[in-house]
Amino acid sequence: MGEKVIEFDSVTKSFGGKKVLDALTFDVKRGEVFVILGPSGTGKSVTLKHAIGLMEPDSGEVRRADVRFGYLFQSGALLAWKSVWENVALPLEETMRLDAKEVARRVDNALAAVGLTDAADKYPSEISGGMQKRAGLARAIVREAEVILYDEPTSGLDPVTSVHISKLISDLNKKRNVTSVVVTHDMVLAAKTASRIMLVKDGKAVVCLPPEEFLKSDIPEVRSFIAASKGEGI
Amino acid sequence: MRFVPSFISSMGFAGLILARSVQYFPYVLVFSRPRADLFRQLYATGIRTLPVVTVVSLFMGMILSLQVGLELARFNQELYLGAAVMLTLLREMGAFCCGICLAACVGSAIAAELGTMKVNDEIDALKIMGIPPERFLAAPRILALVLMAPVVAFYCCIMGTLGGGIVGATQLNVDFQQFMSGALWMAESKDLFVGIGKSALFGLLIGVISVSEGLGTNLGAIGVGKSTQRAVIVSFLAILISGYMVSRVFY
Ligand SMILES: Nc1ncnc2c1ncn2[C@@H]1O[C@H](COP(=O)(O)OP(=O)(O)OP(=O)(O)O)[C@@H](O)[C@H]1O
Ligand SMILES: [Mg+2]
Repeated sequence: MGEKVIEFDSVTKSFGGKKVLDALTFDVKRGEVFVILGPSGTGKSVTLKHAIGLMEPDSGEVRRADVRFGYLFQSGALLAWKSVWENVALPLEETMRLDAKEVARRVDNALAAVGLTDAADKYPSEISGGMQKRAGLARAIVREAEVILYDEPTSGLDPVTSVHISKLISDLNKKRNVTSVVVTHDMVLAAKTASRIMLVKDGKAVVCLPPEEFLKSDIPEVRSFIAASKGEGI
Repeated sequence: MRFVPSFISSMGFAGLILARSVQYFPYVLVFSRPRADLFRQLYATGIRTLPVVTVVSLFMGMILSLQVGLELARFNQELYLGAAVMLTLLREMGAFCCGICLAACVGSAIAAELGTMKVNDEIDALKIMGIPPERFLAAPRILALVLMAPVVAFYCCIMGTLGGGIVGATQLNVDFQQFMSGALWMAESKDLFVGIGKSALFGLLIGVISVSEGLGTNLGAIGVGKSTQRAVIVSFLAILISGYMVSRVFY
């Protein structure tokens, strides 16, 4: 660990006069699982889009290491006119020179990893939102990226599948040393997989701590977020 | 006056899309996977629009023949009906008919499809996977329109002439054989090639406008509706204006 793969240097971004990112500064180091927590609408997806270069900051700078990135969109973002299998095969077919057998092997492995082997021939409109998300995840991992950015990988999934996906993220990190940036509301996922947890609010980083310290922190924003995730206050 | 900067910026965006897509035309033609995609697009452009194109061009020819024929009849010149209908179709109406049909049927579909992909993050997903949308989506669609539009325009001329001949024979007492021989006599090569060239230009314009409207979509589902509408309107305007320009140059 040590080398920085993503570095945000006081990144500021506004949409229509509303500041979504406000001098956000953090970095992600190679080999870690970096979890971003925060209330809905605070700019977590926007942060990830800056990290991969889909959005440019108004001011500040985003630096990226020259490595292969994968990205899981919050919506899955599958091509409607291709089957699940074809969607997962797409990045291999379009950007790599692999023979058909190798493509098939990798796609089948990726689909098995997310538990979608049975849905391989279905079209995105024929499967549930959670399955679409898992297909998107298969597509993100199939290229064997070194850094994968996950936008809410477990939202909309049942608890069992959630745990399965959390384990997959953790395994990719441990076995293949995939650096991961995970945006989530899922405290279980965060606590179990994270190397560090960053809580964002109003476009700023409130804290950025390893999970044990994060869970013990007395900062009011952290306490209220943890309390709410346990269902307190209902 | 907010219209002016937005018009200029969308022109710029369309130009950018054109420049980036054209460079992938050889790629689309040479490699088998994108070529399969091109054939799918050719099918969507040429075959699926056939019913609409047939009806529109047939009636276009019938209207032309009726109006021109009634005037010619006043001077006892019905002899020239076939030639007059053919001339108009070859020079202007064939390409125009084809352009309008393709903009309405194909351009709108392209803008809606790409717009939906844009708002569903699919375009961003392609970029991240290292697949340029210009190569994967724009080039096959634009190329298909450029290649297919002349075919459709030629077909429009044939159907229009047929429609004209039928009206001539049934309403104006012009012998069908005579109509056709007049028409063929008039099918001079320059007119044919100007019409064909013009329709290829229309295909290019429709393709670039629809693709760039689609890829430029934002604001969710409302945005998709707006882009589709704009793609059709801007294509119509482009067809009319460029059609006039080309005619100016050649006649
Ligand atoms: N392309 C865009 N144009 C305009 N505003 C945008 C755009 N993308 C995001 N925003 C705004 O930025 C803010 C943050 O959005 P973002 O999607 O990052 O939230 P989030 O933290 O991911 O929320 P959630 O947990 O619900 O996914 C929102 O107020 C949103 O309206
Ligand atoms: Mg989000």
